Amino acid sequence: MSSNNTPGSANTGSKPAVSLSDITKHFGRFAALRGITANFVPGKLYVILGENGAGKSTLLRIITGLLAPTRGKLAVLGSEDLRSVAMRVGYMGHAPLLYDEMDGLENLRYFAGLYGIDNDELCSASLARVGLDPALKRRVGQYSQGMRQRTSLARAILHDPELLLLDEPFSNVDVSSAREMSRLLGVMRDQGKTIFVVTHQAPVMEPVCDESVLITAGRIAAREQGIPPYLLNPYTQEVSK
Amino acid sequence: MSSPSLAAMTRATLAKDLRLEWRSKDAINSMLFFALLVVVIFAFAFDPTAEESRRIAGGLIWTALLFATVVALNQTWARELRNNVLDAYRVSPAPPNAMFLAKAFANFIFVAVLQMLMTPLFIIFYNLRSIGPVWQLVLIGLLANWALVVNGTFFAAMSLRTRNREIMLPLILFPISIPALMAMVEATTQVLTGTAQVISGDSSPRFWIQLLGVYDVVFTVVCLALFETVLNAE
Repeated sequence: MSSNNTPGSANTGSKPAVSLSDITKHFGRFAALRGITANFVPGKLYVILGENGAGKSTLLRIITGLLAPTRGKLAVLGSEDLRSVAMRVGYMGHAPLLYDEMDGLENLRYFAGLYGIDNDELCSASLARVGLDPALKRRVGQYSQGMRQRTSLARAILHDPELLLLDEPFSNVDVSSAREMSRLLGVMRDQGKTIFVVTHQAPVMEPVCDESVLITAGRIAAREQGIPPYLLNPYTQEVSK
Repeated sequence: MSSPSLAAMTRATLAKDLRLEWRSKDAINSMLFFALLVVVIFAFAFDPTAEESRRIAGGLIWTALLFATVVALNQTWARELRNNVLDAYRVSPAPPNAMFLAKAFANFIFVAVLQMLMTPLFIIFYNLRSIGPVWQLVLIGLLANWALVVNGTFFAAMSLRTRNREIMLPLILFPISIPALMAMVEATTQVLTGTAQVISGDSSPRFWIQLLGVYDVVFTVVCLALFETVLNAE
């Protein structure tokens, strides 16, 4: 596992999937992001790591266009107009982004419509891909947290996005389901998708991660190939100190 | 795969909202009980004669409906905040105005259902009988309903991220609804009492109906023009 360890650096062989230039975000007087400049090449799986409040989710929300940066420029899939590339981007938020009163398939049918898709088979296939039964008639409000997360992932990948942004996809998901989800992300990466995963569960992503991005206090502190050992088992590291 | 059209997305979002309401009955139940309470309380508080009833009924009906509408409006956006579902819409290529129109149409239907359920109660409690043409009452009902929901839906979206949105909404909505409220009350009263026919023929409620029509058009255009900004405001 080679390490380049240079903040903001990346392989610049091809046009970046995401390009950030001096991205700064303030919430009142609190600076969540402090001048992030980085390029991320397409077709790779990036794992974004960092402590709570480091700015990981804020960065993801800025890339989706849900938040506007206070300062700086960004281009996603070659465009600075994020709305024009919305069709090619998938987002899974911290919350499941699903309606509790509808079942999984009904939810996916509605969200498919947002992308101009009118295809029940595609919705069923998307649910099956994340290991859920499309025929399940239970409302999402009655799902377990893990099932919600998987339905949320099914929603995010429904329109086969080129760029997939996932915010804590494994929270409250059991280990075997998390491994299944990470394997699916690996398959998608192999198909050429660019994937960003914000997580605190680095070991789950270790087999498929191309590059880890460590964010500390609103800045990229390090970028490394794969996940470095000291981030694979942070609890043990802390104890051994 | 192509970006969904405004009409298709409005239809899909409206169908989704009606389905959610059918299953939860959050808005319609609270509206109905609220309006019912207002009617019963007013009926006990006043003991009007038939003539007095006709004169005050316009004000009572629209006050009850205005307050009940606010209850529904708060519910409309609350379900988009649960699980942050609104984010899924915002990151999609769907036109923002489709969301606004669908919500406004859904609220229009909820208020129309309420109007249909409450009208017989008003007639019974206040011993009402229209002296003017009934079709004018129907027209006033439709225009007034849209006037309430178009602004209400917009301002409810605007107060979405405020901490006390249930309080903020009436504070913003009521002052801006005063011209519409005046028009709907005056027009209703004139039709119920037949004042129009006595004073100046059929043309008198026409002014208030026209005012409502203009109000509807102006605020629909303004809300559509500004909704995307409101939806994406932080």
